[in-house]
Formats: sequence, structure tokens, C-alpha cells
Amino acid sequence: MSDVVEKTLTALPSLLSLDSQPGSAKLSSTSKLGNLIRGITELTSKHEEEKLIQRELASIKEQVSSPNTSMRQMKELMVRAIYCESLGYEASFSYIHAIKLAQQGTVLEKRVGYLAVSLFLNESHELLLLLVNTVLKDLQSTNLIEVCMALTVVSQMFPKDMIPAILPLVEEKLNHPKEIIRRKAVLALYKFYLIAPNQVQHIHNKFRKALCDKDPGVMTASLHIYLQMIQENPEGYKDLTASFVTILKQVVGGKLPMDFNYHSVPAPWLQIQLLRILSLLGKNDQSTSEIMYEVLDESLRRAEMNHNITYAILYECVKCIYTIHPKSDLLEKAAKCIGNFVLSPKINLKYLGLKALTYVVQQDPKLALQHQMTIIECLDHPDLIIKRETLELLFRITNAQNVTVIVEKMLEFLHSNTDDYTTIDLVGKVAELAEKYAPGNEWFIETMNTVFSVGGDMMQPDIPNSFLKLLSEGFDTVEEDRKLRLFAVDSYVSLLQGEPGKLPQRFLQVISWVLGEYSHLREELEPATVMRLLAKLLDMKQTSSETKSWVLLAMTKLVRAGQVFQSAQEVSETYGSSMDTVLRQRAQELQHLSQDCELRARVLPQDAGLEPLEVDSSLSFLDGFVSEALAAGAAPYKPPHQRQEELAQAKALSLEPYGLSLPISMSSCSIADRQSPTLLSMSSGLSGDSTDLSHKGSSTTLKLDGVKRVWGREGYLAQREAVEEAAQVEVPSPLRSPSQQAEADSSHSQTPTPTPTPEPDQEKQQLASSLFFGLSSQSSVCLMGKSEPTPQRFRRKAKGQASSSGAAEQISNSLVSAPSAVDNFLCNNLLDSNITSQVGISSSEQTSELSQGPATTNGTCDTEAESTDGDIKGSNPSLIIGDNGLVAADPTPHKDPGSPKDFCLSSHLPAELSELCRSEITPLCSNQSLGLSACHVHKEDSLVLVVFITNSSDAAIRQILLDLDSEQLQVSCVSDSPVEDVTSHSVAMHQFSLTVKRPSVHVEVVGMVSYQLPVGTPQEVQFSYKLPLTSFIRPLTVSTEEYGTMWLSFSHDTKQNLTLISDGEEPLTATLNVLKEKLQLHIVEIIGMEGIIACQLLRDQPCLMHCRVHADVLAVWLRSPVPDLPDCLIYHCQRALQEH
Amino acid sequence: MVSGVNSVVPVLCFRAAADQRMIKFVLMVNRQGQTRLSRYYQPVELSRRAALEADVVRCCLTRKKDQCSFVEYKDFKLVYRQYAALYIVVGVTDTENELSIYELVHNFVEVLDKYFSRVSELDIMFNLDRVHIILDEMIQNGHIVETNKSRILAPLTALDKMADG
Repeated sequence: MSDVVEKTLTALPSLLSLDSQPGSAKLSSTSKLGNLIRGITELTSKHEEEKLIQRELASIKEQVSSPNTSMRQMKELMVRAIYCESLGYEASFSYIHAIKLAQQGTVLEKRVGYLAVSLFLNESHELLLLLVNTVLKDLQSTNLIEVCMALTVVSQMFPKDMIPAILPLVEEKLNHPKEIIRRKAVLALYKFYLIAPNQVQHIHNKFRKALCDKDPGVMTASLHIYLQMIQENPEGYKDLTASFVTILKQVVGGKLPMDFNYHSVPAPWLQIQLLRILSLLGKNDQSTSEIMYEVLDESLRRAEMNHNITYAILYECVKCIYTIHPKSDLLEKAAKCIGNFVLSPKINLKYLGLKALTYVVQQDPKLALQHQMTIIECLDHPDLIIKRETLELLFRITNAQNVTVIVEKMLEFLHSNTDDYTTIDLVGKVAELAEKYAPGNEWFIETMNTVFSVGGDMMQPDIPNSFLKLLSEGFDTVEEDRKLRLFAVDSYVSLLQGEPGKLPQRFLQVISWVLGEYSHLREELEPATVMRLLAKLLDMKQTSSETKSWVLLAMTKLVRAGQVFQSAQEVSETYGSSMDTVLRQRAQELQHLSQDCELRARVLPQDAGLEPLEVDSSLSFLDGFVSEALAAGAAPYKPPHQRQEELAQAKALSLEPYGLSLPISMSSCSIADRQSPTLLSMSSGLSGDSTDLSHKGSSTTLKLDGVKRVWGREGYLAQREAVEEAAQVEVPSPLRSPSQQAEADSSHSQTPTPTPTPEPDQEKQQLASSLFFGLSSQSSVCLMGKSEPTPQRFRRKAKGQASSSGAAEQISNSLVSAPSAVDNFLCNNLLDSNITSQVGISSSEQTSELSQGPATTNGTCDTEAESTDGDIKGSNPSLIIGDNGLVAADPTPHKDPGSPKDFCLSSHLPAELSELCRSEITPLCSNQSLGLSACHVHKEDSLVLVVFITNSSDAAIRQILLDLDSEQLQVSCVSDSPVEDVTSHSVAMHQFSLTVKRPSVHVEVVGMVSYQLPVGTPQEVQFSYKLPLTSFIRPLTVSTEEYGTMWLSFSHDTKQNLTLISDGEEPLTATLNVLKEKLQLHIVEIIGMEGIIACQLLRDQPCLMHCRVHADVLAVWLRSPVPDLPDCLIYHCQRALQEH
Repeated sequence: MVSGVNSVVPVLCFRAAADQRMIKFVLMVNRQGQTRLSRYYQPVELSRRAALEADVVRCCLTRKKDQCSFVEYKDFKLVYRQYAALYIVVGVTDTENELSIYELVHNFVEVLDKYFSRVSELDIMFNLDRVHIILDEMIQNGHIVETNKSRILAPLTALDKMADG
């Protein structure tokens, strides 16, 4: 730093006390702003400040609204308002005046107006719209300074929707002769790219031009866009690698003008930017990496000067070298470079060195070995941030051999730490390491004890969840599981015998659960003892009611032993009248289950933790209940989309994947949502009020989901003090015994390790050997957790993994699907279901078919000659399967056996249609003079309905008028001049193009034909034609990325479980292929147990489908911008799979 | 711990978001904890700013001269530099290169020094608008957009000239 700055700033306090500042023109300390600032500086209390600012704001408010205020004064006022806001006092009245100032002011006033706008408003503020015109005007100004200002504000904030209004003007500026304008235009486009990438898609080649601009500033600006684009899609810009390399070469070589230098280093931030781009391009790409080796080497060489900024470049360079495809001599140089960092006496460099090392050890753990002594020293560094960064580094090199030492170090840090964020972060890391590499039961439980007591109620809720999951799912051997559980029980009993009042609530909950579930494993442990310990928890006043619920539940499990009946009764009496409803329910359960042994045995079977509970997702056991409720006048079930539409008005688009997007109205669902351990009890078979008790046994998925819900975030910072206290007194930390350490030491001595520090003391040596154990050369490849040389101790069973991954979704899916199942049931009950025995036909369809009956037979007279074309040549049968059953009525009854002639109607199809796949030609209605039939033809981009009018009389029929109408469809006539007359015994054909207006499972077209026979009055015939929605579905070819973006933007969704098809091949693929074939869907990608599918409803109404296999069902999630479409499609998917 | 399940959709949803490298805010505060200038590149409610600033200043003030100029603060990092009684604090994401930001702060001060010819805290206080204009030339949307001193100052000097003339 320049000495001058230092001196001037040091002299400041004395300057402040002066009333005015003579000499300096820029200092306007006599101004009102000066007065304000001086006033504030002299204040001593917050209260006085508030009073002063309020007075100031009142005065500003009065002046800004006065018509006599000049723009010059307005500028002054705005600066004061900015000052007030930066102290945290809102000056919203001035926002509109800031916009006015930008509009009407000249030069500096205008600039301050823009500045105030950008400081006051956030990007979504509606007042920003008022700025658009001003920006537009200034962009067209002949005054370059105004253009400049406008571009600056645009690149800071601009309403997304108004981009098209100014985009052409900004683009034009890319060719401006002045570099500053071009540069700012590029930055404005960068902003557009950030907020609305689609809007600037077309100017990608202009970005390239900017990259090649003769001015380095413009080129630098364009790098922002490229960094962003390359981050999103590195593949698309590989061809530019050579350009970036050339630019970097020139910069490093000092080809830029001198004024780009910073402390004689050429454009350091530009170099850093380029290095970041190169590392993105070279990652996992050998040939691209090869292009950059030379320049990277040169960068390393050039950055020898001893200045912070060169180290900043070196750091980026090292990161780049370790990110791209490796080259040994570069790696060597980079490693040496890191050495300089870590060994530097300058603490900032040491920090950066550790950060670099942390990054690098993920690629090459051996590097940590080289610097082990430095790392040890950093562990004891007085500066916490260095310690913290070192722990981060150690976390990355942890393996089964050094886990105990590293975890110990982390816990040590945790005990002295006071920052919540660090605690949460570190506790999570310790838990992760403990689960991955625990060397033994004892160690694991004790470490987790520390985690729970230190992390307390702040830690991520998934830590206790996954701990309990681990405990309940078990590992590979039954015996090990038992030992672990036993140890946990022992440990917890002794904790409770100590001072349980100091334990955090979450920990108490874990303890209660474990004791409830597993204390019987310790045979010599009397249930009464456990009961007493638990009862003590209930009596403590700091125990939260949530924890009490857990305790009560644990007691409920304990009473099976019988002897503790008395105390259970006492407890349940105490809490049976609690004001807390959950607590009261728990107490009631305890009371009832302690009295009824048989029921308890069914509800809470011992050791049944692993058998998955079979969930009757159709909720068939509710049938009776539902029909009773309906009979009693309950409101009927509403389909999901209807509820969702109601919901959509209240709630904005939920971006959360797998979030429950539907309101849950069923009573059975609300059980799952309660903030209590209810689900734990449900998991063991007690499923609230209505679940069938015959489904006993418990499900791990249900149970663990329950656990997750129980730990809400609400207890986040509460109990803080208790935690700290606990942290000190609690649980012995798992210290390594000296013998263990010696053991590790001796085994380590076999591996030669270069130690840079000459005289490390004995203790540090030992620590080093235990820390870096397992990082020796022979096993270096598989150290990073990718493939551990020793098997992970707590590796879960495969089953556990599969079920746990989908736990949350399964729950939500069954919740969603259950009501619809009930729906089906309801309708089946209400309507006489023997109308049709057709499998899978939905009730709604039945109703419409019934009502449709009269319409179809509206044709007035006897049928004469009407035939259906039986042959379906050239058509894809699979497409028609679904259709036939649905079209009006069965064709056979209409067919007159004595019909003289059968017109081969299909031959009347126009050539371009006859090649395409189509439905069977179905008769619609007929009378003695004419008959009507129809079919629909699948064209790629439309659906064509062909109506045949057959004249079966001997006279010509004239003035035929065919009129179609539909609620759900848009009908347009294809032929320009429809046939009006049909001569005797001939066929006329009308074509209509259909598109969907409003999706529905089946859509219907109602038509009317009016005609004139040679004699008599005009006649009319009515008909209707029904077709399934699937006829309008076409595959939608999108890439996975496009799918991702679309997915987020769609608001209507539905979820359901479908049955998987398992005939031989892989069930997911098989099922998806059936869907693809039958419904014309496009399979975008199948990854593991998931698949994504896209289709469109004519025209251009996309629908996306996300499938995931859970056990033996396929959880399907559909999304579309079109309401109802997901629901309709899921129906057809179900049918397609049933028919398969 | 349960490793992330390989899931198609969520991965697509959250791409890049977590890895975004950026400057979150620039603060100029004096030793008494009074904010001289604040610029946020991520929306922070006005009501929360004062508390955040006080917290940030406390974080930096408690540190000794020989300690690291980077501090962990919540889920991001603070890079600070002291000039006499004035602290300049920059909030950055964890992925940012702290040392380059540290030097950026100095570059900023050098630019101010060049413009005000020997900058003092008073200059910054009484010319709040100009300091903001200078900062706007250097950092936009949380990214460094210009570091060349004469180019940073060009628009402002032009404005001054026009205002004078």
C-alpha cells in the first residue's frame, strides 16, 4: 500500500473534528450531507441516531416533493437518501424521485439518479419498469456519457420482460467505435444472458466477435459470458481453447498496454479468469488439456515475483493444473509451488496454500504426505481459520486407518468453537466420517454421542435420522448388529444415570428411541430400571414436549415386559390430560397398549424392525368407511388436478423436487404429517385410526420417514446454552490409547516419508504418522474413498439402500395415489358396476358412455346398408387397441346382415391418409337414405377425423351440411369446398383437423348432418364420435438438459405408482418400452432406476414424465404446463400397462 | 452417510447454482463500526443489513494484525483490509480466490487515491456518490469487470469535466 494513503488515513480523526475543510474542492463538508455525516459521527447512542435520521428523512421528503427543487438539489437529496438507506433506514419515498432524476437530470445528476435507482431497487421492483423509457432514450443519445450510463445501469439491473425493447440498441453498440461503449454493451449482454439466456441465444457469434475485439477491455468483458457458458456446457466451446490459450500467452508475455498492469503484473485478474476458463475446458479431456500445457508452464514460470497478486495467479494456475488432464512435470512444479505457499511465513499465503492443498489432495493424496509436518503445525495454529482449513484438508484425506486421529482433532476443535455455522458443518463431517470408517462399535457410538451432545439441536436433522436408520437396518451380520445395539443401550443407560438434564433434546430423543427398541437385548437390564430412567426425563422441566412424546413411545414399547405396568399407568394418567394433543395421544396409546397385551403384540412386534410393511395403497379397507361417510352426506372426492387448481391460486410454483404438491385431505394422510413420533408407532403396525391392523410388521421406509419428520428445524437455536454446558461435561471423547498410537506408529515406519522440517519433535512425529497413515505410496490410488482398501464398516445392506433412497417419495406417492383409488372404488359402488366388465375402464367413462347411448342412436329410421371396414391394413394395431373399445358402441349390432352391398369405405380415403396409421372405420348412425361412418388418422403433426357420408338411397342427396362441435376439441375443416351433393350409392368424405383445447381422458366430437332429399323437407341426423386422448399424443424429442429446464417451468403435475412389467428383461426398460409403444412417448434417457420421458399433446403442449423404480412399483411423476394433461396421461399409462 | 442418490431431475434443477463464484458485498466501515459505504450484489433486505454489517465488522475488528485477512463467516468468507481506521470488507463465496479479492481491494483504494489525490475517509464520506460510481465500474453483479485504473476513472472524470464546463 502506498505510504501516502496510510498517512492521510491516519490523520483522519483530527480532520474530522475540523468544522470545514479548506482547500479541497471535492470535499463539501459544509454541505448538508457533510452536516448529516458529522452529526451522525458525533452521536453516541443508537437511539439518538434514529431520531436524527428520522428528522433528516422528513426534511428530505419535504424537499423532494417540492416543485421548486432543482435537479442539482435533487442530486444532493438523493445522496443523502442513499446515506440514510445505507445506515438501514428506509427512504422508499425517494425511489420515484431517483427515477425522475435519472430521467430529467443532466450528466452527473443523471448518473446519481441511475446510481440511486440501482442502490434502492432490487431487480424485481416494479418501479424499474419506469426506467425503461429513460434507458431507451439514453441509449439513443448522441452524448456518449449518457449512453455509457444507460449501459452501466442495464448491466446492473433490468426488468427481464423488457429486454426485447432495448436488445437491438444494445447489439448495435457492439460495433461502436469507442471501446468503452463496446465493453459496456458486452457487459449488458452478459447481464441479459444471466437473467434470460434465451433472449441472447441468437447473438452467440457476436460474442465471438467481442472475444476477438482489438481492444483488450472488450475481450476481457466477453470472458464473463464465456466463463458462464462454458460452465454450463464445456463441450460446446472446446474449439475456442486455442484462442484462450493465445490470449493468456499474450497477457503473460506482457503484450498488453502498461496501464493494464497491477504492480507490474500484467492484468492479473484477467489471467485468473482465463485460467478458470481453461480448467473448465481441460477437465477430463486430454486433447484439450494438451493445448494448454505450455502456457500453464509459462504462467508458473512468470509468476515468480514476490507479490500477493502473483500468488493469487499461482493458486489459480495450480488448481487448473490439477483439474485438467494430468501432466507429470507440470504436476511436479505445481506441487513445489504449493510447498512455497504452505511454508510461507505470510499467513494469507499459508491459508491459500492449505486451500490449494485441500483441493489437490482429492487428486493426489500423496501430496499431503510431503507437507505433513506443516499440516500438523497448522492444526495448532493460533488463528482459527487456519485450523479450520486444516481440518477441511484432513477431512479429505481421511481413511479407515487415520479416522480416529482426525475425528479426534475435529472434536477438539468443536469443543472450543463457538460459531454455530462451523459447528453444524463440522458435526456433519464427523458423523459422515464416523459412519464411513468407524473402526469399532465402541468408537462409533462414543463418537456419535459426542456429535449429538455437541451438535445438539443445531445439527442437520439427517444426522440422527441416518444414525437411527443405521442402527435399525443393521449391517452384514446379525451378531455385529446385536453388539452395536447392545453397546448403544449400555452407553445410553449410563448417560441417563448421569446428568441427563445436560443433554440436548435431539440426543434425548435418540436415546429414548434406542432404549425403547433395543433395551430388551440387555437381559440383565430390568425394564423397570429403564422405565425409571425414562420417567426421570419426563419430570425434568427442560424436556420439550416433543422429547416427551418420544419418551412415552419408548415406554409403550417397554411395557411388553409386563412388570412395569404400574409405572406406565402412572405416567399415562399424568399425561393423559396434557394440553399437548400429541402428548395426550401418546399417553392414551400407552395406557391402552399396556392393558391389552394381545393388541400390543400386534402393534409393536418385537424385533420386527426390518420387515417392510405392506402398504395397501388402494386403501381398500376403507371402503366401508367411505361409503358410510358418503351415505351420511360427506363431500365426494375431488380429483387431484381440481384440488391443484384451487391450490395453484394460493401458492406459487413449487420448485422443490418431490415436494408434496397436493393438499392432503384424507384423514389417513394427516397422520403422516404430524410433528410427533406417530409414524414410529405407525411403523410398528399401529397405523392411526383406520389402517388395517392385519398389515402388521413394520416398514423401515415408513419408520425412517417418520423419524425425519419428527425432527423439524424449529428447535434450531433453542437450547443453545444447554448444549454448551453439555459439551463440556458430556461423554468422554474417544481418545486414542497410547498403545494404539504406538501401533500405528510402528506400522507407519515401514513407509518412507519425506519430512521437510528438519527437527520435528517426537510428539508431532507420532501425530503425523497416525494422521497420514494409509497415505503411503502403494495404496495411494484407492485412498480417496473411491475404493477403500479395507471394507467400510458400516456399509448398509443393499436392501436398506434401495428402500431408504425412496422413502420420502414412496410416502408421498402412496398418499397421492390412495385417494384416486378410493375414487374408483366410490364410483364402482355407486353405479351399478355390472354394466360392463371391461377391465380397467374408468367409472367416468362409464357414465359418459351411458349418457351417450341415446345420442348415438339418434338416427331416425331403420338401418339399411351400413358396414364397417374390417380390415385395418397398414395400420399399427397397438394404436387401435385402446380406441376400439371406446368408440361409441360396439359396431356389430348395427351391421345389417342382409345388407346388399358393402362399400369398402377405406378405399375412399385419400392417398396421403391411407398410408398413415388410423383407427377402424366405425359407423356412427344411419337411416334409410344415408349412413355416416368415421375414423381418425394419425398424422405427425395433427389428427384428422374423416367422416364418410354414404348415400344408400336411389336418389341423390343434396345440400349436405356437416357441422362438428366439441367441448374439448378445436375442430377445423380441412377440405376447402366440402361436398354438398352425393349421388345415389356413392360415398362422400369430409376431413376435419382436430386439436385439443382442454385435455380429458376421452374426447368427443358431436356432429350434425342436415341434408335435402329430392322430395320432402330438410332432414337432420345427429351423431357423436369419441376418441381417446392418446390419439393426440406424439413423441417429443428433447435432450436431457432441455428436459431439465422444461421440468422446472411446468406448473401442473401429478404423481402415481404404476405396476412394473416384469417379463424377462429389465423391468424399467420393459415398462417404459410398453408405454413408448402404446402411447407414442419419447424416452429421453434411462439412468439406473430412473427414466425420463417426454411427449406432446397436439399441438406443442409438452408433458414430461419422470419414472423411478421403487421395489416393485414404478413411481411416476408427470408435469405439464397444461392443466389436466398429467392426470389424463397417467390414466392412459395405467391402462396401457394393464392391457399389456 | 447416505450418499446422494443418482437422481436425474434434481441434478438438472440445481446445476451450477452451488458452484457460483461471486462477490456478495463490499463494505467500508470505520473502527467505530459506522458504515461508510455498502454495496450488495445479492439481494439482502434493508432491515437485515444493519445487523449483518455490525456482525461482519465485529468479526473483523476482533482480529489481530498478524492473523489471516480472511475470515469464515456463516457459509461464506470475508476478505478484509484495513487502512488506518477504515476497514474494507468484501463478502465472497467459498469458491472465490481470496487473495485476488484482497488485492482487488487494494486496487480499489489505489484508484480512489488517484482520483481524490490522497484519499481520506472524509473523501469517501463526502463523495459517497463518486465512490459508488467508481465501484460500479469495477464490480458488477458480483464479478470483477474492470481493473485498469485509467479506464475505471474515465467515465467519472468525463462527468466531472462536463459538470464543470
